[in-house]
Amino acid sequence: MRTLFKTDYRQDLTIWRHRGDLFWYGLLLLIVLALPHLLGVFYIGELGAVFIYAIAGVGLMLLTGYTGLVNLGHAAFLGIGAYTNAVLLTAGWPYLLTLPASALLAAIAGVAIGIPTLRMSGLYLAIATLAFGEIVSNVLEKWDSVTHGFNGLPVPIPEIFGYPIAGATAVYYVALAMLILTLWIAANILRTPFGRALMAIRDSEVSARSMGINVALYKTVAFGVSAAMAGLAGALFAQYVNYLAPNSFDVLLSVQFLTIVFVGGVGSLQGVIFGALFVRLLPQAISIFRDDLPGNIGHLPGLDPSLFGLILVLTILFQPTGIYGGWLSLKAWFQDFPLHRAGGFRRQRSYAKSERV
Amino acid sequence: MTDVLRLLQLIVNGAASGCIYGLIALGFVLIYKATEVINFAQGDIMMLGGFAAYSLVAWFGMNYWIAALGAIVITAAFGYLLDVIVIRRVIGQPQFAVVMLTLGLGFIFRAVAGIAWGYDSVGYVTPFTNRTVRFGHFVLGYDSLSIIGGTVVLCAVLYLFFNRTRLGVAMQAASQNQLAAYYMGIPVRTIFSLIWAISAGVSAAAAVLLTPVAMVDVNMGFLGIKAFAAAVLGGFGSIPGALVGGIVIGIAEQLAGFYLPAGFQQVTSDVVLLATLILMPQGLFSQKIVKRV
Amino acid sequence: MALFRAEGLAVHFGGIRAVDEVSFEVDEGEVFAIIGPNGAGKTTIFNLISRLYTPTMGRMSFRGHDITAIPAHRIAGLGIARTFQNIELFAKATVLQNLLIGCHCHVRASIAAQILFAPSARRDELAHREKAEDVIAFLDLQRYRDAHVGGLPYGVRKVVELGRALCTEPKLLLLDEPSSGLNMEETEVMGFWIEDIKKDLGITVIMVEHDMNLVRQVSDRVMALNYGRLLALGTPAEVQSHPEVIRAYIGGEVPA
Repeated sequence: MRTLFKTDYRQDLTIWRHRGDLFWYGLLLLIVLALPHLLGVFYIGELGAVFIYAIAGVGLMLLTGYTGLVNLGHAAFLGIGAYTNAVLLTAGWPYLLTLPASALLAAIAGVAIGIPTLRMSGLYLAIATLAFGEIVSNVLEKWDSVTHGFNGLPVPIPEIFGYPIAGATAVYYVALAMLILTLWIAANILRTPFGRALMAIRDSEVSARSMGINVALYKTVAFGVSAAMAGLAGALFAQYVNYLAPNSFDVLLSVQFLTIVFVGGVGSLQGVIFGALFVRLLPQAISIFRDDLPGNIGHLPGLDPSLFGLILVLTILFQPTGIYGGWLSLKAWFQDFPLHRAGGFRRQRSYAKSERV
Repeated sequence: MTDVLRLLQLIVNGAASGCIYGLIALGFVLIYKATEVINFAQGDIMMLGGFAAYSLVAWFGMNYWIAALGAIVITAAFGYLLDVIVIRRVIGQPQFAVVMLTLGLGFIFRAVAGIAWGYDSVGYVTPFTNRTVRFGHFVLGYDSLSIIGGTVVLCAVLYLFFNRTRLGVAMQAASQNQLAAYYMGIPVRTIFSLIWAISAGVSAAAAVLLTPVAMVDVNMGFLGIKAFAAAVLGGFGSIPGALVGGIVIGIAEQLAGFYLPAGFQQVTSDVVLLATLILMPQGLFSQKIVKRV
Repeated sequence: MALFRAEGLAVHFGGIRAVDEVSFEVDEGEVFAIIGPNGAGKTTIFNLISRLYTPTMGRMSFRGHDITAIPAHRIAGLGIARTFQNIELFAKATVLQNLLIGCHCHVRASIAAQILFAPSARRDELAHREKAEDVIAFLDLQRYRDAHVGGLPYGVRKVVELGRALCTEPKLLLLDEPSSGLNMEETEVMGFWIEDIKKDLGITVIMVEHDMNLVRQVSDRVMALNYGRLLALGTPAEVQSHPEVIRAYIGGEVPA
């Protein structure tokens, strides 16, 4: 068991908790950087997709997990980012400009839905974002002149300083770089007054206002930042799929992002990574084990979504802290061994916050 | 066909589809009023009810009316069990978790339905299929009439139930103040399960009424999204409001489909929803309650 | 000079006059208590001052500025802090984080600077941490510093809420029923803290209270309300023996 001895407030400001963390995360980074030399193209492609989903997941985690604003239309921001990137690349813009432009346009959309929904909470907000997502999906479909609608939009291959971003490995590294950037920004937010203000808004808006937090402004900024991250992910997604179709950005994708945040572990960045791994790799795992399942189960048509739903339900019922919560419990077990008590990890009883008076 | 007749036609069709939205919304609002649970699987429960009716007719050869009643009862029992086995366990979790739970359940229902009944649309013969009544140039389908009529009957039954029977009044009490209801000796948890049962049964009725028009298929439940719009428009605490909201949206959709360019009809319900939330968040009938600190 | 002044303050909810033309002044450095039966409008006045409600009539001024119409989130920056009757802490955070949020109105760094964790954000964080630690020392909360608020006992949470209000470095502190839910010892300690806040920190306090002993112990002046209307205003002794006040609490005629 490690005892942290702190002598300076600055030690509480760092992103990592102690030298040990720094070592392990550094090691992880080295492994991740080296993976393209160790794994085949297929796996690298999948991991690239995991990174892209994780970027969008971080945005959603900040908005829903941290600020408490349920967003059922997150995929819409992804779609806006993806199409913006494709359209601008086709128009000849350099990649280093199309990426921020996609994020910016998505951010504007985020603010556009954030402002009217300022006074909504919980249920109403969820439904409003759902409707917003549907509308954006429809617009992407019907705005033929720009998006080519159902015919699909091919995505040109961009270049960074003459180096083409084509193929799984290039996408992998670009996505990784963007993921690290996104995680850094999120970690910064979480250790500053801005992040605490978001959490305050989630837990008690009235109190937050009384503490001087401009709730309307912060909610709007949260929407904007969240959408910007999703827009960035969308731009990378365009590179990943090479051909955009409007019905990819529907409510089912939004639910996948919510699953990432939830199954991974609400309120933690590590949870987002776990969640993204889970959501992207589950279909792969199913197809690997498909033939080993008894009878005909493995080949039933509705297997993927039903397993998806089943795991979601089971997680909520039995492991509401998500994968990361489970990981922390496991670590605590090992650290306390053999003195671990069964109830030792539970922090507090949870009572639902009623919306009624 | 004159403009007035066409308008009337659109209104009747809109009212019919609106009744369906309203019924689903009704089920949704019943649950929300009682337990603050947002049941995103409401549409999918409707879908299961539709398939139940289909199975009773196509596989067991039952008479339409008996099958309809049977489907309602079976789905109601399913709703009851759903609450007892799954939903009760998440009381106390934040709303986000419950939202995810019902979304997950929706996935499971759709997938199981696909496995059991396949992904094609299926239908069965009803007393209302393909029959119409004419008033000169004005054609009314029996199916639309049956939907509207069925909804009226169902609402009358529910009204009498909630206001004139002990159980119904107990349900109202439990919805308004759980603690006080406990003190009065009302078995609140059982009541909530019964509310789930009623809600599921109403959705099944909606599916049965809808079958002559739209057949039954796995994705039928996506109507649920329009039901949300109906519930919001009506004001979330209000049951008659949910119906009125549904009918307004149904009619608006038909009018949009005819008078506006292509593509607008699909987003009508979403636009109405957003507009309501932004401009008139309390809906048509509800009152706003502010938290006291 | 009066630190805070309310003139003809009134708020109507439909037909109910929750606060009915109340006027009073609070001087700098005093402890001013508001008493009255339940439903008298005491917490409503607090909600008016912290701008969670908008008055139907009347005006309020703080240090000479008219605050009747400013947005609620600007109140803390002006120097008015409050606690809540039912403890509105941030339940999922630690005590330290709750206190740090109290420092929010003193943030200098812009949001952009914070997202990039620029030196200005770093400086803000360190300054807030110092302030929070000062408050922790003042209120003896050291052993609860990293505890999740949701799991703490009620009495401790009340103290944390007090601490959070102190972190905003207020000139005026509104305490809503500081002793409710506390046993006799805890109430006594609360009384000492209110005195310390007044003497050592120089903060003016307005408190809503039911516990007459506490009121007598710490307050300089008392205002009694009933049905939203002002009944009496004066020293604790004057108000407690005022016939209108006695009638409001006990009812009926005052025995001759």
